[in-house]
Amino acid sequence: MGEALEPVIRVRDLVVGFGARPVLKGLSLDLNRGESLGLVGGSGSGKTVLMRTILGLIPKKKGSIEVLGTDLERASDSVRHSIERRWGILYQQGALFSSLTLLQNVQFPMREHLAVSERTMAEIALAKLEMVGLSPDDSGKLPSELSGGMTKRAALARALALDPEILFLDEPTSGLDPISAGDIDTLIRTLQKTLGLSVFMVTHDLDSLQSACDRVAALADGQIVAEGPIAAMLLSEHPWVKAYFRGKRATAQSIAASVPKAMVT
Amino acid sequence: MQNTPSNPILTAAQVAGRLELAAGGSWTAVHASALESLLESAPLGPGARPVSVDLTAIGELDTFGAWLLERLMRTCRDRGYDASFVAVPERYRGLLDEMGQVNRQTPPAARRENSLLAGLDRLGRTIAGSREEAAHFLGMLGALGAALARVIIRPRTFRLTSAVHQLDRVGWQAIGIILLITFLIGSIIAQQGFFHFRRFGADDYVVDLVAILVVREIGVLIVAIMVAGRSGSSYTAELGSMKMREELDALRTMGLDPVDVLMLPRVLALICALPILTFLGDLSALYGGGLVAWFYGGMSPDIYLARLQQAVSIDHFMVGLIKAPFMALVIGVVACSQGLRVRGSAESLGLRTTSSVVMSIFLVIVLDGCFAIFFASIGM
Repeated sequence: MGEALEPVIRVRDLVVGFGARPVLKGLSLDLNRGESLGLVGGSGSGKTVLMRTILGLIPKKKGSIEVLGTDLERASDSVRHSIERRWGILYQQGALFSSLTLLQNVQFPMREHLAVSERTMAEIALAKLEMVGLSPDDSGKLPSELSGGMTKRAALARALALDPEILFLDEPTSGLDPISAGDIDTLIRTLQKTLGLSVFMVTHDLDSLQSACDRVAALADGQIVAEGPIAAMLLSEHPWVKAYFRGKRATAQSIAASVPKAMVT
Repeated sequence: MQNTPSNPILTAAQVAGRLELAAGGSWTAVHASALESLLESAPLGPGARPVSVDLTAIGELDTFGAWLLERLMRTCRDRGYDASFVAVPERYRGLLDEMGQVNRQTPPAARRENSLLAGLDRLGRTIAGSREEAAHFLGMLGALGAALARVIIRPRTFRLTSAVHQLDRVGWQAIGIILLITFLIGSIIAQQGFFHFRRFGADDYVVDLVAILVVREIGVLIVAIMVAGRSGSSYTAELGSMKMREELDALRTMGLDPVDVLMLPRVLALICALPILTFLGDLSALYGGGLVAWFYGGMSPDIYLARLQQAVSIDHFMVGLIKAPFMALVIGVVACSQGLRVRGSAESLGLRTTSSVVMSIFLVIVLDGCFAIFFASIGM
């Protein structure tokens, strides 16, 4: 990324809480254009809450969130709709519409937002399914007939349906075997490079962080406690970050061994 | 990377037997319909000639634009022209290559079906399906019977707490609405009776009309239909969503039979609740009839009660009440068997809930008819 960094998402001093219990306490974070950011944090640390707050699904108490240079809370309905067209979201469980076939699921956002002919819509939808690694034969299947990996792929195809600029991924590899998870990581990386996406990824998966993310942000105690490439994470002295990146599982996955490589990139 | 968005353009020029197209502007999803008409009007006339598409002036390109360009290439090649891109900007090369890979296989063509044949097909499937429905109904009835037998042999395995909880839901909490509806039905029957019987001077017989109709038939039917709509549907939806979320499988793998744990307490609660609700509903309907007789028909409560005692015997009352547990059984069995047949989608949950209510109301009315024949033949 030689170009000047242009934030597509800019979160400042965000406070979100349920009842009296704050989950995010004055959090600030940027996602730059064309980069892939991995957000890590313990279970219940508020990763998904942060993502859902950015998407406008959870109200915030304080702070500001700008998406593509617009504060969604203050924006008019039409501006907000035009922004909502420019992002795609992959939900943790896929959230495919259970009564529509895969093809119809991918076509759905196009049908709602674009004036395209049926033929083009069908061709583009098939192309998207193929890009995420599903065959045209799968296009007539219902979501209930899919395996976990296929559901993630199909949901990814739907998230990409409108050619979004920002892609939100909520644990894209959770519940997948390491091989499928690796495939998904490679796929996300390829799509990100091909389509020039900015990716905001919530994940637990150390391999995903390493293979699909340019930058990592660690969330603990309602704050971003460390931010930077994975190599920088390894140098952080924050107890949670230390335990996460230099703990038993991390060493088992030999992340530590990749320090020099990560330093070079 | 950010160019100002501009309308897409496609210019054509004939140069020495070549067709040179030049694309410019934003080739993105937002302009998709404009792009489609641009490409349709591209002068790809007859006669083979090489075509080149210059992409220098393209400001923005996404999958939509890239696919439409790729489609243009393929159309040309299908017609036997030589077609190629010229001056592809480096940042779009990956996307165009990607598009070159996709949609190579022709998708399975959707079969066009004859609408008459399709209609016949649906009819046949419905009829064949009704046999399957009947089999499921009997299967559930048998499973409940077996569960009941197990409980009788070992009474401690009965889920009393669950049964009482269900009884609260389908019995106690339903009393208000049942009383209200049967009260209104009783009043309406009495009002219509007075309105029409008065012409013949047969006011006194209105009491017979209300009493026999309500106690023998209408009371239990209305209550059963209300319960089917209120409780049967909720049983189906509950069991269906539990099935969708694999809760039933979880029970099974813990060595518990969902029929014992979930269905038997529910059906037994329904069988206990329906006679009680019918009894209360009958009272409420007679009370409503009495009020109308007093205020609309000018019949004093004393006379109404005296006529009522003559008109209704304990037999009439029993005829109505005996039907209630059987109707409850039908409603419960239909609700549970439909709940178990829910598949993965939200649509199937809705479909099964609807068919649970429709089927149980239908069966309740059929059962009522059978009972009418039975009671007539034994002279009750």
